[in-house]
Amino acid sequence: MATILEMRNITKEFPGVKALDQVNFQVEAGEIHCLVGENGAGKSTLMKVLSGVFPHGEYDGDILVKDTIQTFKGIKDSEAQGIVIIYQELALIPELPIYENIFLGHEKVSNKIINWNEQIEASERYLDLVNLHVLPATKVKDIGVGKQQLVEIAKALSKDVKILILDEPTAALNDEESLNLLRLLKELKKEGVTSIMITHKLKEVMEIADTVTVLRDGKTVDHMTRAEGTLDQARMIQSMVGREIEDVFPKRQKAAPGDIMLEAMNLTAYHPFLGRDLVKDSSLNVRAGEVVGIAGLMGSGRTELALSIFGNPKNYRVSGTVKIEGKEIAFDRPKKLIDAGVAYVSEDRKGNGLVLIQDVRENITLANLKALVSSLVIDQSEEILVAEKYRKDYNIKTPNIEQKVVNLSGGNQQKVSLAKWLYTQPKVLILDEPTRGIDVGAKYEIYKLINALVERGLAILLISSELPEVLGMSDRVYVMNDGTVAGELPIAEATQEKIMAMATN
Amino acid sequence: MKTYFSDLKALLQENIRDYGMFIALAFIFLIFSISTGGLFVSARNISNLLNQTGYIAVLSIGVTLVIIIRHIDLSIGFVSGFIGAVAATLLVGGGMNVFLVIGIVLVIGTIIGLWHGFLVAYMKLPAFVATLAGMLIFRGAILQVTAGTGTIIINNDFFNAISNGYIPDLFNANLHILTIIVGMLGVILYVYSDLKNYRVKKSYGFKVLSKEMLASKMIFVSFLILGLSLVLASHRGLPYTLIIIIAIVAIYHFFLKFTVLGRHVYAVGGNPEAAELSGISVKMITLFVFGSMGFLSAVSGIMFASRLQSATTTAGTLFELQAIAGAFVGGVSASGGVGKVTGSVIGALVMASLTNGMNLMGINISLQYIVQGFVLIAAVIFDIRTRGKTR
Repeated sequence: MATILEMRNITKEFPGVKALDQVNFQVEAGEIHCLVGENGAGKSTLMKVLSGVFPHGEYDGDILVKDTIQTFKGIKDSEAQGIVIIYQELALIPELPIYENIFLGHEKVSNKIINWNEQIEASERYLDLVNLHVLPATKVKDIGVGKQQLVEIAKALSKDVKILILDEPTAALNDEESLNLLRLLKELKKEGVTSIMITHKLKEVMEIADTVTVLRDGKTVDHMTRAEGTLDQARMIQSMVGREIEDVFPKRQKAAPGDIMLEAMNLTAYHPFLGRDLVKDSSLNVRAGEVVGIAGLMGSGRTELALSIFGNPKNYRVSGTVKIEGKEIAFDRPKKLIDAGVAYVSEDRKGNGLVLIQDVRENITLANLKALVSSLVIDQSEEILVAEKYRKDYNIKTPNIEQKVVNLSGGNQQKVSLAKWLYTQPKVLILDEPTRGIDVGAKYEIYKLINALVERGLAILLISSELPEVLGMSDRVYVMNDGTVAGELPIAEATQEKIMAMATN
Repeated sequence: MKTYFSDLKALLQENIRDYGMFIALAFIFLIFSISTGGLFVSARNISNLLNQTGYIAVLSIGVTLVIIIRHIDLSIGFVSGFIGAVAATLLVGGGMNVFLVIGIVLVIGTIIGLWHGFLVAYMKLPAFVATLAGMLIFRGAILQVTAGTGTIIINNDFFNAISNGYIPDLFNANLHILTIIVGMLGVILYVYSDLKNYRVKKSYGFKVLSKEMLASKMIFVSFLILGLSLVLASHRGLPYTLIIIIAIVAIYHFFLKFTVLGRHVYAVGGNPEAAELSGISVKMITLFVFGSMGFLSAVSGIMFASRLQSATTTAGTLFELQAIAGAFVGGVSASGGVGKVTGSVIGALVMASLTNGMNLMGINISLQYIVQGFVLIAAVIFDIRTRGKTR
């Protein structure tokens, strides 16, 4: 087999982070090559370099297609070489018919006029190739996600694709659709199409891959091939997690946990627009004085589960029961959970955690303004005292509490977010990716805070993509996979390998 | 002396967003005073200008809240006109008691506002569409109400005094003494609250103005208040319109700044998702804000009908655009979460001053619209440019 693609010593830096560090990646013509690694390992960044999203000059190293060095300035350039990337969030226009989507951006024209009949006719051919038997005039919004994925592939074929890149193509698909897709990739392989697939599902990798490359922390760490018989799931997991847990987690006094504070039973959350269950029949509980970790890969339903418990602000269709301190409560609005003593610190500080254009003081008191009211009026002096107290206690680095939150660093924003929720005096604290995107120093402070809170008897649910964090902080771990709680491990038995095996199965 | 001026400069720079409008207003007053040979700042014209601004300023206050929560209300002009027509019909045709009439139309206005809020919050209609429909509906409703009579002349003295009357004089002097007394009370109230604010801020160790700067600011504002009351006193005194406006501004300012509901309004505007997750019902806030808008539209309708002493078939035409322009000139941000009712009232005054001044100069109406358009652009560019530079 000839080498169709080679990426040599690719290094890509973002301010403060080396996303890719001397990555080497080689793909043979006509193979199915799987790229695996943890969240943040650099898989998507590598593919963005390849497809020209990060143009030549923004990275170091060389891209060779058929032994020729390429200098892609944008997606158009990489597509001219037959490299087509299909993202996890599909790039189709729901209101347009399939045939228009397929030819969007490279319309079939005669004399600068679009030749619709030819487009429709050609679409039928491409849809046949991907085994999708629907009318080309069907609007994309009227077919399911699985079929939309096929339309994306048909679109790629219409661009005369040589190297097809799929970024987690089965993440949003059900089992049957996934099988269908994998089968199609094998068929396309016979037609001579080379595929690169980014995926978290190692079972699929074992089924379909000819070659596997493992990335970890922006580096290539392992390479296996079916031909040499080196393809092995356990070895993949080992390579993905690799590192040892560093001693970055402060110790805390372990005490026997108390009563169950939060219990969710058989929660299912259906997303009416996506048309599928984001959370399936999931149950969990958290006791007073313990940290319970939720591990799982991106898209496994962790945040959706937390939001379903926390009053369902995104209006999924939720069924199941939630008990706080043993008492069943209605959980259809966040306010009811807040009143019951639950707080949810969002993973998305900027999106739905903080009001960025407001100052530190206003953000800290927002969820509990009623505590400041005396005779219908907010006691602003008291409010200033409260905000000042949290600023000092949590070491929020800001010139003063009148500073707008948008001007603070990520770590300090996160501290404001924590302060806001702790001011509601919760008994149960749900932390969703509490250390995402913040520096090591601030992380350590947040870990210390978590420990202090648990020692005070709070029940904490810790959602995290970083396995060392889950293992270093939790007393017990739930692992989520594909919308369900796939397993529960006491901390003594939990290892990165076990968790990864549950999360990827 | 040197530090005094550098302090002054720093003060102006830090608060350029807040003071910008006042500076613009002062500039407009200066230009028109010169170009009309002093006619613009004559007692009679200032009095007239305030009465002209009143019914728009009330709408500007209401629409400020609507824009803060990232919506818009296009219906307010014709709702205002419709309310005027209903009030006139009840007064003239029905012969009802004037207080009862005012009560009834305020309730009707609030219900109309809640209706729009319901469409936006619960039926998920974009506010633009819901209130565009409202604009059509209430344009038609005005014509319906006045169908038999055409223009309805209102002959109720109390009603007509709302936008044309002045507070009574205590003494029969050349000057309107009560107006001056009210002005002095205003100065005392202002100085007191500013001093209190200064002390509270200082006790928390916040940055405060230097003593000289504070004194200068107090003297300046006091002179403005006294000056205005003197000018008004030399004509017929303090118009009721100004009292209504000051009362509504005070209530809304207090409400937005010091109550939980007011703070929730800003939070919903600043980030609706974060607000919802913080236990705030975005729907209820939306409903409330549109309800308040309807109430203020009714107030505006009463004031305009009173001003004309009649209800006309075209009442309310283009009010919404003047009110929205006033709010934007006054520093409300179209992206939500930012805005003050004090700013919007000044913005409305800026726009009204332009119309009034250009009328005095005899400038053609076509040019007036063009000038207003450019002033709106300039004001919002200024707003965007200075955003983020101050805290």
